[in-house]
Amino acid sequence: MSGDKILSVDRLTMRFGGIVAVQDLSFAAERKKITALIGPNGAGKTTVFNCITGFYKPSGGTIRLTHDDGRVIALERLNDFRIAKQAKVARTFQNIRLFPGMTALENLMVAQHNALMRASGFTLLGLVGVPAYRDAEKRAIDLATDWLRRVNLLDRADDAAGNFAYGDQRRLEIARAMCTEPALLCLDEPAAGLNARESAALSELLLSIRDELGTSILLIEHDMSVVMEISDHIVVMDHGEKIAEGTPREVRDDPKVIAAYLGTDEDEAVAVMESGT
Amino acid sequence: MTAPSTNTAKPATGIAALLKTAFTNALVALVLFSLMVGIRTEAGSSGQLTYWTRFGELASLVAVVFGGSIVIELLRQWIGPTGAERLVPPAVQSGMSLIGGYLTPALLIFTLLVPVIFYDQRYILDLAILVLTYVMLGWGLNVVVGLAGLLDLGYVAFYAVGAYSYGLLATNFGWSFWVCLPLAGILAAFWGVLLGFPVLRLRGDYLAIVTLAFGEIIRLVIINWQELTGGPNGVSGIPRPSFFGIPLDNSDDGFAAKFGIEYSPTHRIVFLFYLILALALLTNWVTIRLRRLPIGRAWEALREDEVACRALGINTTTTKLTAFATGAMFGGFAGAFFATRQGFISPESFTFQESALVLAIVVLGGMGSQLGVALAALAMIGGFELFRGLETYRMLVFGMAMVLIMIWRPRGLIGHRAPTVFLTKAQAISSDLVKEGHG
Repeated sequence: MSGDKILSVDRLTMRFGGIVAVQDLSFAAERKKITALIGPNGAGKTTVFNCITGFYKPSGGTIRLTHDDGRVIALERLNDFRIAKQAKVARTFQNIRLFPGMTALENLMVAQHNALMRASGFTLLGLVGVPAYRDAEKRAIDLATDWLRRVNLLDRADDAAGNFAYGDQRRLEIARAMCTEPALLCLDEPAAGLNARESAALSELLLSIRDELGTSILLIEHDMSVVMEISDHIVVMDHGEKIAEGTPREVRDDPKVIAAYLGTDEDEAVAVMESGT
Repeated sequence: MTAPSTNTAKPATGIAALLKTAFTNALVALVLFSLMVGIRTEAGSSGQLTYWTRFGELASLVAVVFGGSIVIELLRQWIGPTGAERLVPPAVQSGMSLIGGYLTPALLIFTLLVPVIFYDQRYILDLAILVLTYVMLGWGLNVVVGLAGLLDLGYVAFYAVGAYSYGLLATNFGWSFWVCLPLAGILAAFWGVLLGFPVLRLRGDYLAIVTLAFGEIIRLVIINWQELTGGPNGVSGIPRPSFFGIPLDNSDDGFAAKFGIEYSPTHRIVFLFYLILALALLTNWVTIRLRRLPIGRAWEALREDEVACRALGINTTTTKLTAFATGAMFGGFAGAFFATRQGFISPESFTFQESALVLAIVVLGGMGSQLGVALAALAMIGGFELFRGLETYRMLVFGMAMVLIMIWRPRGLIGHRAPTVFLTKAQAISSDLVKEGHG
């Protein structure tokens, strides 16, 4: 694969005791492109995500993130919050993790914590209410408002996130991740539980994030209609290893992928894959 | 506003069923209380067992249970089946929210006027000072438990650190209250951070146990470090606070002489009242400000979901530590005030019971609610005094009142959460959605 890589994973291995969840996985994600990570349940996709976003420390291998300015960050050496703070990698979760008792707007404000902390002079200046902090807060509210508008939740800005419908929560979580102004956005099954119309809206949203903001996206997804429509590059995993990669078209016709998805019955697999597109 | 969920069964109708329920309850009460209340045993003068019966008390208790169950059953039927919202009629609800808007300023004005209204009643002034001390402690603990969702059962440790900091600095070095007050807060905050470090990885029950132990460790250190703290004898002769350098006594350069008014010991009490009121309001003001700053939002986010916080780049370690330190600092201020008010401190004032009481105030008030905590402190401390006439049954009545309140309002007096920022309209967030934190 050629081009400008934002993320390159090299020989990533993750073991839990005797179980090898990810074995020697190497792939790369291109800048300003959407890369999808697919595979059957238990293939190790979420484990890869957790390694990239610092929730797990990989047993072996390297994960390199190259910023626009050429800065290279070794993600496997950073842990938990630093990956989001310093490396600017944001993520969403398979089972939505919003702050249910806070309003949609507050959720997006929490996402801008680090920028606001600096503006508030690590609380001290904010406590006495310096104008600089008030300006920064206003800008933060503007950014949050902008994202609420993008995900079509502006009229519900002051409602508790826990009261939102499932699909709205998914979109709000993406908006929250985007409010950290990430270089790489990692989405763990963003279309899970969405109906066809919501999935289509999600595809549109992700494409607009890529095209308008130039944010690189890495996503795990089971919904093939979404994956095939928006992905620029697809990596297929099974049993912790990469079994194929390429453009949506290449992957769709790959017999190994079909076999992995539906056992060895390739006819059935082809039927399913085609019905999904 | 949730009715007890246990009475989901269709309520019994008719007099017969009503009497049957009441009779069953009375029978249970009879069996229970016949041994607990009916027969009293004691060791006699030569060590033999003596006992006597108290059938009068037993009969009255059973009668209360009988009558009480009829009343409760009637109430249930009147209210109807467990329509959770119907316990309080809508008209009353809207009336309450109207009152709620004026409650805070009304309470504040009343509090400011307490020394004027009750100038001659020393008992009420003392009680008011005590209530305000607990309001302040409650507000301080509210930062840790209510906002950050970290269950702290050893809050009294910081109260003790503050009290001993002032007591020892004032008696050994003769430093004034106003110098020692910030020092007491800083020292308590320091110990808060110190406690914070080992417990950062713990959650829920484990965190509670370690903080509980920390509270006990501080108390035991105070008892055993005799050279410094005086051990169980405590520290006595702690100087009273001065009115900006003017002592509040009947000496020639005292407050009364300086201002040409007749000396009265009440001056000092009134001064102490306004002092603790100012400290409590400072706590409140700072907490309200902090809630609207990124650090306060991060505390609440931490209570809601710690993993999501980390994914957003929030340093959960420092966020937790600042919550501990802030809460501890206010505890330290309250401790310094306690020391200067009492003039004498000993480890006995800093037992686990104090921690439990302050935590009960926070939980009863509704975690995270400033007004709720103030009301709860008033109810807990004032209510406890109110039942003083009941003597031995005081704890029983008090406990029952607590149980009733928790049935009526399981999330505390004020359970809903006010958002810290809004675009068009601030809407209260139902307590069902707000998480309690998990450690």
